Amino acid sequence: MAQIFHHSTNVLSRLSIYGGVFIVALLGAALYAIELSPWYTDVHVSREQPVPFSHKHHAGELGIDCRYCHTSVEKSSFAGVPPTQTCMTCHSQIWTNSAMLEPVRASYRDDKSISWTRVNALPDFVYFDHSIHVSKGIGCTTCHGQIAEMPLTYRAGTLYMSWCLDCHRQPEKYVRPKSQVFNPNYQVPANQEQLGRELVKEYKIQSLQNCSVCHR
Amino acid sequence: MSSNPNTPERKSIDLAAASANLAHRDGKRFWQSLEELSETKEYREFLEHEFPHDTAKDPEGIDRRDVLKLAAASAALAGLSACTKLPTEKIVPYVKPPEEIIPGRPLFYATSMQLAGVATGLLVESNMGRPTKIEGNPEHPGSLGGTDVFAQASVLTLYDPDRSQTVIHEGRISDWDPFAVAMTNMRGQQSPKGPGLRILTETVTSPSLAAHVRAVLKQFPEAKWHQYEPCGRDNVREGAKLAFGKPVNPVYKFDKADVIVSLDADFLTCGAGHVRYTRDFSSRRALDTPSANPNRLYVVESMPSSTGAMADHRKPARASEIGGFAQRLAAEVGVASANGGGTNSQNISADWTRAVAKDLQQHRGSSLVIAGEEQPPYVHALAHAMNAALGNVGKTVYYTDPLETNPIDGMESLRDLANDMKAGKVDALLILGGNPVYDAPVDFDFGPALLNVKLRIHSGLYYDETGELCHWHVPATHYLESWGDARAYDGTIGIIQPLIAPLYQGCHSPYEILGLLGNDAGKSNHDGVRDYWAGQRPEKDKAFEDLWERSLHDGVMTGTALPAINVAARTDFAKPPNTQSAGSNTAAASDLEISFRPDPSILDGRFANNGWLQETPKPNTRLTWDNAAMVSPATAQHLNITTGDYVTLQLNGHETKAGVMIVPGHADSSVTLHLGYGRRRAGKVGTGTGFNANFIRNSTTPWAATGLHIEKTGEEYYFAVTQHQYIIDRQGQTFEEESAAAFHRDLIQVATLEEFRANPRFAQDPQEEPTPGLSLYPGFKYDGYAWGMSIDLNKCVGCNACVVACQSENNIAVVGKKQVMLGRAMHWIRVDTYFRGGLENPEMYYEPMPCMQCENAPCEVVCPVGATTHSPEGLNEMTYNRCVGTRYCSNNCPYKVRRFNFFLFSDWQTPSLYGLRNPNVTVRSRGVMEKCTYCVQRINAAKIHSEEANQTIKDGEIVTACQGACPADAIVFGNINDPNSRVSKLKAQSRNYRLLAELNTKPRTSYLARVRNPNPEIHE
Repeated sequence: MAQIFHHSTNVLSRLSIYGGVFIVALLGAALYAIELSPWYTDVHVSREQPVPFSHKHHAGELGIDCRYCHTSVEKSSFAGVPPTQTCMTCHSQIWTNSAMLEPVRASYRDDKSISWTRVNALPDFVYFDHSIHVSKGIGCTTCHGQIAEMPLTYRAGTLYMSWCLDCHRQPEKYVRPKSQVFNPNYQVPANQEQLGRELVKEYKIQSLQNCSVCHR
Repeated sequence: MSSNPNTPERKSIDLAAASANLAHRDGKRFWQSLEELSETKEYREFLEHEFPHDTAKDPEGIDRRDVLKLAAASAALAGLSACTKLPTEKIVPYVKPPEEIIPGRPLFYATSMQLAGVATGLLVESNMGRPTKIEGNPEHPGSLGGTDVFAQASVLTLYDPDRSQTVIHEGRISDWDPFAVAMTNMRGQQSPKGPGLRILTETVTSPSLAAHVRAVLKQFPEAKWHQYEPCGRDNVREGAKLAFGKPVNPVYKFDKADVIVSLDADFLTCGAGHVRYTRDFSSRRALDTPSANPNRLYVVESMPSSTGAMADHRKPARASEIGGFAQRLAAEVGVASANGGGTNSQNISADWTRAVAKDLQQHRGSSLVIAGEEQPPYVHALAHAMNAALGNVGKTVYYTDPLETNPIDGMESLRDLANDMKAGKVDALLILGGNPVYDAPVDFDFGPALLNVKLRIHSGLYYDETGELCHWHVPATHYLESWGDARAYDGTIGIIQPLIAPLYQGCHSPYEILGLLGNDAGKSNHDGVRDYWAGQRPEKDKAFEDLWERSLHDGVMTGTALPAINVAARTDFAKPPNTQSAGSNTAAASDLEISFRPDPSILDGRFANNGWLQETPKPNTRLTWDNAAMVSPATAQHLNITTGDYVTLQLNGHETKAGVMIVPGHADSSVTLHLGYGRRRAGKVGTGTGFNANFIRNSTTPWAATGLHIEKTGEEYYFAVTQHQYIIDRQGQTFEEESAAAFHRDLIQVATLEEFRANPRFAQDPQEEPTPGLSLYPGFKYDGYAWGMSIDLNKCVGCNACVVACQSENNIAVVGKKQVMLGRAMHWIRVDTYFRGGLENPEMYYEPMPCMQCENAPCEVVCPVGATTHSPEGLNEMTYNRCVGTRYCSNNCPYKVRRFNFFLFSDWQTPSLYGLRNPNVTVRSRGVMEKCTYCVQRINAAKIHSEEANQTIKDGEIVTACQGACPADAIVFGNINDPNSRVSKLKAQSRNYRLLAELNTKPRTSYLARVRNPNPEIHE
């Protein structure tokens, strides 16, 4: 009986077996790349806002303290997004005719909130607390990036669990003196490892990694 | 449980088998249900499987191809489910921030909630302006920090989507303005003195509301104010009148009482001051040392209640026999005029009565006799006379002026109104709260009579049976939405302050409605209350401002408790009354009696649409979602009825239908039917649940009546009872009696005071303690905090406040009756109930069961995805977002405290319920396991707070939801690594024991064993 398959089909079958492995691996790599891509993580993607608020101008050039607007960052889990009234403390006096600021004035006039687009968001099953982080010497820019250089605000880190755990496992790499927490231009010193270890001790930083710290 | 594999499987309860099974035992074993004793099929399924009616178990079997298909599909889905992009969210800050609110931090405000006019002080947690959780107010005398199920669940009523939202005029949506016009017109149409105008309210203790009503009455001097409360204190009031010649308010001091006799009084569950009374009562049950001197409680009652379960001696007696017993007891303790009266009941021997009387007399000045609100005035008068004769007045009881601003007999008041309506004398009726069309006694024909009224106006939280029959319905404000004031059980004024503006535009308080009739139209209810007090108080201007602010802050107006008054108990009342009330001794023992009781979950029906309360297993019966015709086992046998029979109850020509439930410990020849069920217009949750007792409730015999006839319909009714669910399988006891005797101690440990003093460590068994190092696993080291809990079974009164508090704090879903029947109720803490002794009068015990937070947790090691893990502080954490729903953990939990979301039980659709949720706890989806976490959100908040302040957490700083709600102070949580913490000290007590200690799970939750204090002179 004649062979049904020609001899060359052996090559084909081998190719498809090897190829299968490579295709799966490639697919995995592609998915991983997508998962880390700005398209998926929103890292470095500026969001459109009702008013093109510039942290670069306010925090960087004018040097307004973070806490002037984010008032509850030291007291609460939520750092706080400033009410319109906070904007109007200055903008009732300066740039009062700016077209760009019309939504702010309208909000104040009509008593209607401005609806900002959230830049840094966590899933609802994650309970993050700002106050404990800033009180233990984790600076704003450690997570939020070089905010003083952002004309429009974007997400600086993936905010993935592994990203959180990077620091929770090795806080000494990231901690800074409490006096520098709100400094947007803080530069990581050369001796960070050594300084970090000292600060971890001084601030009694616990390397908390159990689930219920964040999930409950 | 000596279930024998050879016995046939029984479908339903078999009383003969149950009795035989009990006789077979030595009478000292604990049992949980008649189903257990009858070894029904359902019971066995619940025993053997955690989730008996498991959908995953296909009886047809499942073939290989299906397995592969499902595996492939779930693998694909599991991969994809992680690929969702986070949705874009909006942040909407304030325009002008309110003072005090820090986003993300809760605020607490003091307010009061009233039931039948009597207030309990509360602290309400507000998250960003949303009231989410109720706590007790430690500064309020009616609470002292404790709460009850009703207060805990009241926040759900606020957000209930079925609340009425708009003014309704003749069935159509209307508005406040047309209503105001209609009221003005009505004012004009009244003849000058307004004889045709009637106002019907519930019991009013609020001085300011009463002032508003009186302002209207001043304008219309012939108008009448009626008050009616289906479960009111009429008998207390009338009893006081009988004894003292005027209505007074008795205030009890259970903390001062060594010996207490309850005449059908369930003072721990409902009625004026029950939260405070529970705290005081339980304070006398703390047994720090064997030499402590606990109180002793005698209870004579028809329906087994929480109070009955706490009794050291309990006697079941029909409601109508209790008067006779009271009279004989009164004669024994020296109430001269009581001599010679009183019939004997079959259960209570003369010796028993004499022993009780002797005990009372040996504790002159430190004893207490209390009559139940359902007992006729005569019994109340006897109780007052006994307290006087025993020298208790001024010591364990004192009297004040009535709490009510206008103390009248509610039943008579409603009778007058009904008669006048029938006679056509009523032109306009303003019903402010209450639902008389549903809950008025049947002989008033209230519904048809109401239709004779030309203008009917109803204000209530729901567009209910009464609202439906009225021309105008105005949605009432919830107490968390309006201003007001109310008196506590001792008269202390608590200001009711709103936590939130009315959720619906149409909602208005009675102040505003009365304002339309008086001269205060347009005045806000804040001004109504505040102006009243500004006029009443001696403080003026700035001083008043300070007082007002302080009263709002504290929740009480200091110094407003009513002073004790001197009243002498008359003795000439003591002849049996001439009425046909339940106190009469004429009823023959063979006559079947029916008694009506407020439901322990939904009271008179006002909470019928509250899912939390409907699903709370009622004390002792553990029935949910229904009431039932409750009978004793003997009576059931006599009448040839059993649990699940659907019967017709006929009384004086009226009838209602009900399912029968056999309740061990119920009085014979008596049926108890709880009020509040069988609602026709309660809402999506409450409509159609249970049976309407008001169809056969008569105004002359509102609490107990004889002459009941029961007829089987031949149909069956299925109850959702949790009593035989989550039963802990005490292995080794199952088949071999010998090993059972050698092996196991019971899950609940009980001794008498005598035994406790002889052997303070009776609850512990050194042989049972596993040797250290027995575990295969290396074990954990707990360097920092180590959380633990101690539950004092001697204090727990089984009131379920912890269950509902947990539900509220942890966003626990309601599953509905069918799912409860399948064993899928989601409560993280349950109150297990155990019985001991014969079916006719068993002892009853409660054991709250949260997660034990084992140090060697069986659940943790079987989770394939690491969703349940061990924290460095000893918590068994449950990470919902990791859980894939294998249920292995639950299968491996010997305590059966894990709960699985078989469906999407949480309501994610209804917008009004979003506001209800605790923002600090995940709302779980389907397919996820959940369990008690010791309120880890509260632990984390306290830890963050302490770390920021660079301190350690102080003892008592973290209060779990169950602990905070407990009116009995039975639950204590804290750090067991700190030897000075309260919980460590409790765990060091000799009564401390752990459940299933022999399994080496090392549970962090431990119990303090129950100690009974029986009278040595009573031998039963």
